[in-house]
Amino acid sequence: MFPTPIERTTPGTQLLYKAALPIALVLWLLPLLGVAMTSLKPSSDLVSGNYFGLPSQIAFSNYLDVFQNSPIASYILNSFKVTIPTVIGAVALSCLTGFALAVYRFRANLLLFFMFVAGNFVPFQILMVPVRDLTVQTGLYNTTAGLALFHIAFQTGFCTLFMRNFIRALPYELIESARVEGVSEFRIFWYIVLPLMRPAIAALSVLIFTFIWNDYFWATVLTQGADTQPVTAGLYSLNGQWVAQWQLVSAGSIVAALPPVIMFFLMQRHFIAGLTLGATKG
Amino acid sequence: MPGGNRTGVWRRNQRRLAPWLFLAPGLAMFLIYVIYPILDSLWLSFFEWDGLGEKLWLGWENYVELFDDEAFYTSLKNNVIWLLLYLLAVPAGLFIAIFLNQTVTGIRIYKSLFFFPFVISQVVVGLMFSWFYAPNFGLLYTLIEAVTGTGVAILANERFVTYGIIAAGLWPQIAYCMILYLTGLNNVSPDQIEAGRLDGARGWRMLWHVILPQLRPATFIAVVVTVTGALRSFDLVSIMTDGGPFGSSRVLSFYMYEQALSEYGYRMGYGAAIAVILFAIMMLFITGFIWKMVKDERAGV
Amino acid sequence: MAPFVRSGQFVDVSDVWEANGLKTSLKSALASMTIDGKQWGVPYTYYQRGMYYNKTVFAEHGVSVPKTWDEFLAACATFKAAGIDCTTTGTKALWPGGGWFDYMNLRTNGYEFHMELTGGDVEWTDDRVRKTFENWAQLVEPGYVTRNHAAIDWQDALPLLVQGKAATYLMGNFAVAPLKDAGMTDDTLGFFQFPEITPGIPMAEDAPTDTIHIPVGAKNPEDAKKFLAFLATAQVQTDINEILGQLPVNNASTSPDDPFLDAGFEMLSNAYALAQFFDRDAPAAMAKAGMEGFQEFMVKPDNIDRILKRLEKVRKRAYK
Repeated sequence: MFPTPIERTTPGTQLLYKAALPIALVLWLLPLLGVAMTSLKPSSDLVSGNYFGLPSQIAFSNYLDVFQNSPIASYILNSFKVTIPTVIGAVALSCLTGFALAVYRFRANLLLFFMFVAGNFVPFQILMVPVRDLTVQTGLYNTTAGLALFHIAFQTGFCTLFMRNFIRALPYELIESARVEGVSEFRIFWYIVLPLMRPAIAALSVLIFTFIWNDYFWATVLTQGADTQPVTAGLYSLNGQWVAQWQLVSAGSIVAALPPVIMFFLMQRHFIAGLTLGATKG
Repeated sequence: MPGGNRTGVWRRNQRRLAPWLFLAPGLAMFLIYVIYPILDSLWLSFFEWDGLGEKLWLGWENYVELFDDEAFYTSLKNNVIWLLLYLLAVPAGLFIAIFLNQTVTGIRIYKSLFFFPFVISQVVVGLMFSWFYAPNFGLLYTLIEAVTGTGVAILANERFVTYGIIAAGLWPQIAYCMILYLTGLNNVSPDQIEAGRLDGARGWRMLWHVILPQLRPATFIAVVVTVTGALRSFDLVSIMTDGGPFGSSRVLSFYMYEQALSEYGYRMGYGAAIAVILFAIMMLFITGFIWKMVKDERAGV
Repeated sequence: MAPFVRSGQFVDVSDVWEANGLKTSLKSALASMTIDGKQWGVPYTYYQRGMYYNKTVFAEHGVSVPKTWDEFLAACATFKAAGIDCTTTGTKALWPGGGWFDYMNLRTNGYEFHMELTGGDVEWTDDRVRKTFENWAQLVEPGYVTRNHAAIDWQDALPLLVQGKAATYLMGNFAVAPLKDAGMTDDTLGFFQFPEITPGIPMAEDAPTDTIHIPVGAKNPEDAKKFLAFLATAQVQTDINEILGQLPVNNASTSPDDPFLDAGFEMLSNAYALAQFFDRDAPAAMAKAGMEGFQEFMVKPDNIDRILKRLEKVRKRAYK
């Protein structure tokens, strides 16, 4: 193990390390803690200049205020309406594409694979004008469906890379022996490979959920107004309304950040497995 | 047998046709929403178009204008700064990963909490740091005021603003690199470490000669995601400064949006030209990444 | 409005104007709603811009309402000595700087010149434009403007006026409501017309008018036209502006009973001419570049040569 395990060092070093951990954590999360604290302060604290101290009283009313006096609930609902279909769509499509590219040898295979990979790194701006135009033309501009459709297509790139590499690592003999027994290609996919892909599906779902929930650029390009905008874009407009009311901005931020955070803590293992795929293999 | 012929054709060609059937839906979506738009943008960059009326052919005029545009150079310069400073996330992530790669009680919770910033939307990160930098009451502002006597409003100062935004961007990016390295460190072969120890390698020498070579896959991914992230930087600029003060924190991705879609811009063609430049820069990196991946792929087969 | 009309996005509503006698009742807005001899929309509200000030601060320092630029600068010197921002603003969203430029240029060179400049017919490097910035520099260089204005939004600057840390604020009348919410009253908050700079130049004002249009391709243009006619009536404009706290365009409407609106109405009725606002008078690309330049000037007045050269480059392109 690297570095040297702390248990093998002197008691002094051990103590130092255990003290350093929480201090480092607090410093690291300082912006977050500050905002969390601000979100619980009554506005009078901010007016009277109590910016850094503890709240004079815990004001959950800020959260209530955010929900009652802003369309944040509608924004959050829109985020779900975009995120969930995208997760399902992108994962489903990439199960198919990933399977095709992992199992079959044909001439365009590597070319298509690297097209998906390369597309994944493309700057969004090169897609912006045509995608917006296309969405307007198909009547999907300013709908959650229009936004979700684009996300599905774009995320298919990353998901295909992920799924293809995952399926490649499965034992190929399984497929071979099924073929020998005359099982059709579709049944191989459905009954043999798909059940083995569960961990990959779980990992991708959590990852895509977080990516899409946090998307801001496409939300501003393809939607407008509280009826369709997801919470990231909504937060931007609320920030414009709540100028100088940092207790509300903070509470709104925390609310917007919560779903992916919960998702992360519930599905941590899958999340990290997905994110670090490829970080270990040579 | 009725219908036997059809099944026969399918049977015989199943292995050849199946991949295309599996690929069809995903490939179609990808072609429509990613590949075609890239080509369309290239084409569009030779036109003047307000998004509503007729397109007007300009030839290279958009590019000529671009190379005489002060705001373009400001954006380009900022993109370079972003790229260089953002790469600090890689060593910083490694450093934190080494710091946390222990087995004391509760370390798993520490690891999760250190990773936390990555899960939060950049919009929220941007707001958090805006609060941190805010003039008159922001934590950093007050700190600088206490030390030097006059506070600096980072986000209103054309010299510091880009660095201020990058610092905000580094926060989640370091967390990302950290988690990559933590996973990598987990898989470093204990035998080699022991062998290294026997050879008398310790500390830095051990890190440099034994550990880092084994972390190469993690480093590769960390560099890829960091470079991509740096060139994509849009959210934070939009949230924290809207490109200001007086355009000094623009980056190409933001400038493109500004020209094509913001309140004061509907120059789709000019925006497309900016996007093409950004795309070309990104292509340099993408080609490098893909080249390495192809090499690995060939070696792996 | 012009870009939308030119690209064929708006429906011609001249018939609504004709049938409802709007050319008389909305007379003041007729010229600005007409392109190629046709009317393209219906105005329903407008408001004044000008100097809102903290009466208490003025009284404490023995300053009376300035009528001329020299008086204003003298007042600024007094406030500066007392550690008070003579005038505050928040230019993060750029447009508040546009308001400043409008008044500096209208008062230095007059309405006709301002319209020529925003219309793209004058070079930004013209000596008359430089004169405007020289006058403006008398305010910026001594530090009479709130220091971190580029970092804050216009709302962030309101508390400074409320708390007496700033004496004046060049704003639209919509600022009155939040200022009163924050505790100011008719006794502590005052309004005055932007002072005269070049003597003898007739006083024109910034007074943005809000309008409603019908987009081409609307599903039900007939009823939309009925709605426009409804919106143009005296009673409706009275009611709307009661709620908005702004001025009705229909000359048979009654304005809300409010000292600030009274002062505004009085000022605008006697105005030599009305400008819409920099980002409406100039086309989008020019407006954006211009307001960015104004912000830069208000932070770095020494950069003026570079700024003007840049704006001239934009002008050559933006008015094709």
